[in-house]
This record gives sequence, structure tokens and C-alpha cells, in this order.
Amino acid sequence: MPQTTTQEPLIALNGVGKWYGAYHALKNVNMTVRKGEKIVLCGPSGSGKSTLIRCINHLEEIQEGKITVEGTTLTDSARAIDAVRREVGMVFQSFNLFPHKTIMENCTLAPMRVKGLSKAEAETIARKYLERVRIVDQADKYPAQLSGGQQQRAAIARALCMEPKAMLFDEPTSALDPEMVKEVLDTMIGLARDGMTMICVTHEMGFARQVADRVVFMASGEIIEEGPPETFFRNPQHERTRTFLGEILAHH
Amino acid sequence: MSYTLDFSAVIERLPELLLASLATIGLALAGMSLATVIGVLGVIARRSRFKLLRGLVIGFVEAIRNTPFLVQIFFIFFALPQIGVRLNPTVTAIIALALNGGAYAIEIIRGGVDAIPKGQVEAGLALGLHRGQIFRHIILKPALRTVYPSLTSQFVMLTLTTSVCTSIAAYELTSVAQKIEADTFRSFEVYFTITLIYLVISSLMMGVFGLISRISFSYPVK
Repeated sequence: MPQTTTQEPLIALNGVGKWYGAYHALKNVNMTVRKGEKIVLCGPSGSGKSTLIRCINHLEEIQEGKITVEGTTLTDSARAIDAVRREVGMVFQSFNLFPHKTIMENCTLAPMRVKGLSKAEAETIARKYLERVRIVDQADKYPAQLSGGQQQRAAIARALCMEPKAMLFDEPTSALDPEMVKEVLDTMIGLARDGMTMICVTHEMGFARQVADRVVFMASGEIIEEGPPETFFRNPQHERTRTFLGEILAHH
Repeated sequence: MSYTLDFSAVIERLPELLLASLATIGLALAGMSLATVIGVLGVIARRSRFKLLRGLVIGFVEAIRNTPFLVQIFFIFFALPQIGVRLNPTVTAIIALALNGGAYAIEIIRGGVDAIPKGQVEAGLALGLHRGQIFRHIILKPALRTVYPSLTSQFVMLTLTTSVCTSIAAYELTSVAQKIEADTFRSFEVYFTITLIYLVISSLMMGVFGLISRISFSYPVK
């Protein structure tokens, strides 16, 4: 159950459709995310879950339907795209830290260039979030000098430095060695506890159980079913969900 | 057939050769700096959304890379005055070297830019940065690092190509050597000496390039 009171959704997708050429990647996707809600998106590979969250910050364009973030409807207009990207942070599977910049510089680049903050202001904010993901002592190192887990935590801090209203996570632990998954998940759990609105594409069902308000299951570009983790895991409605859960839980 | 080596005439005029070497290095540095600027701007134009601009860059690169440098420099020096553009030999040499080096630099740097993983650009976009900012702050440095060896060997080539500027009587090492040879008839000694000087200049360049690389591209990569 959503813990927050009813209000305008922070993110709303209405009848979203997307094609790659002839391939129908997203089919009539409807979803609303209220402020403070945590959504876990799961589904087999190729089901469109990454594509879906990449549409929310316009890394991918949609051909049908409407996406609204904080009252701004995403169009092709640069202003709408800028407005949405300012409110929504993203964490990628492969971290995508900038290799030629220190962790601190990774964190201050966008606040300085996009928000026009001074270096000192940007560094104060960066230190706060690096502290929060517990790698402030690595601030002067380059990404390649950090472990995978530390890099992903740095990438989370980098996104937080823009002080977004919502965070998108695109399989944030899939590229990590097993022993580093926990430190990243713990960071994300902390973030969730602090009330961040989150949409996470992940196969970490433990994480879903622990923090998700809703789990959304996708297959073949469609939302098949969704519900609070308790019901979703205990009593999946669709055959495809049951098959998927059977496969994924067998490995965990 | 006996030939007695005699370097005394060359040694006597060594100061002239050394001064001319400085001119050669000067031409090379000016050519390289401008070529780098042309290279970076050319890559930006090559990625523009304006088709005409992209076409112009492609045309320029192809025209330069498929014609001899000697003809290019003759064109600037002898053909342009016909339409009212008269340049002195040194300026002509610098322009010709810059355009020639620039065309190659565009192709080399473009390769480096293409090699940047898509995720880097996406991370920049997701943070709200614009295309220009992403190119400048995220793409450019790693791209230059990737192509640095090719770019610098192209620049050594450019340095050696300054000798072709003799053809328009620009002041540089080879033209001065020709004059000394004409005065002294010591062909072997003169050309042997400037061969060595070119070798030293190239080695110095490589040393400096290595130093620049160590200062500018010192960040570790996996």
C-alpha cells in the first residue's frame, strides 16, 4: 500500500507505445508513481523494462501516449526534456562514471554546468552525498581505482548531487561481482528509507520484498501484472509471472 | 672514384642551419596547433545536425587527403594570388600545414570520438548536460587520449613535411641547406647533416609528446 497521501502522481505514463523499426518494444504502458513510492520493475530480458525507464528521462523517444513528470509533459521540446532530466536522476548498469574525472569531479560536473553552482557549492553538495554513500574518502580517486561496488555508489552519489525528485535504477547490480551487490543494495535501501521516489529495474527480489511499494512485472513490452510485494510473490495471478518467479527465485 | 669528406664548410655555416631548424620547429608547432584546432572543430562540424556542414567537412577531408601536399601549397601560393589573395611564404606554409594536418586530425579524432562508449553520453544526458557540454567535458579528453599515438605520429609527419615548403622558398631547414649546398657544393655533408638534424627534431617532438601525454592523460583506466 502506498504510504503517502493521495496527490498528483510524480511520474505518469499513459498509453505509452514504442517501436524500434517494426519491433514493438512497449505496448500501451500505463503507470503512475506517487511521490515517495518505490517501484520495482522486473521481467525477463527483452521485456522492455529498461526501455521503459529510459523513456522517462527521454534517453529513448516514445511514439505513442504521454509521459508526465512533475507536471511537465515530455515532448520533443528541449525545454521539457531539460525540465524532466533536472528532476530525475539515473543509475546505469555499467556505472558510466567519467574515467578522466575524479569521483569529486564526476559529482560536481552537472551541478556546475547545469545548475550553475560555484565549484565550492558543488563540492559541498558532493561531499554530503559521497558521505551518504560512504565513499567520501575516495573523492580524489579516479573511477578505475575503485571497486565495482564503490563505482556504483559513486554513480548514485553523482545522480543525487543534482538533488532529483526521483531516481531511476537500470539493473544497478547486474554488472557487479556477487560480493559487491550488497553494499549497493544497502545504499539503495537507505535511499528508499529516506523517502526517495524510485523506479528500479532489478532481479534482486530480496530488495523488492524489503523496499518496494509495488512490484511491476513486464513481458513482451507489456505490464502483465503489478501489486504489493507480499501479494505479488505469494500469489501471482498470471502464468508468465509464475514461470518468471520460479526461474528467478531458483537462483536466489 | 674517391670523395673526401669535408665537413668544415658545413660546420662553418652551422649557426645558419640551427637558426633554420628553429624556423622548421616554429612552422611545425604553428601547423600542429592549428591542425588540432581544425581537427576538433572539424569533428564538431562533422557531428552537426546540419547536412551542409557535414558535407563540407567530408569534402574538405577528402580533397586534402587525396591530393599531394606539394600541389596544395602551390595552390595557395601561386593560384590564390590570381584571385587577389597574396600571402608570404611563411604564412602560406603555416596555412598549408594546418589545413593538411587538420584534415588528417579530423579523421583521427573522429575515430576516437566514435570509440567513446554510448553510456558516457547517456550519463551526461541523464544529468541534464547538453550536447556541446557533453562533447567538451565528457567525450573530448578520453577521445584524444585514445587517438593520441596516431595523432602524434601524424604530427611528426607534419614536422617532416615542412621540408616541402622549400618549394615556395619558405625559410626553413631544407631551403637553407639547399642554399649552403649551392654555395659550397658539399651535397653529401650538407644533406647528411640536416638528415641528422631532422632526426633530432623528430625525437625531441616524440619526447615532448610523451611528456604532454603523461601530464594530460595521466588518469588510470582499466
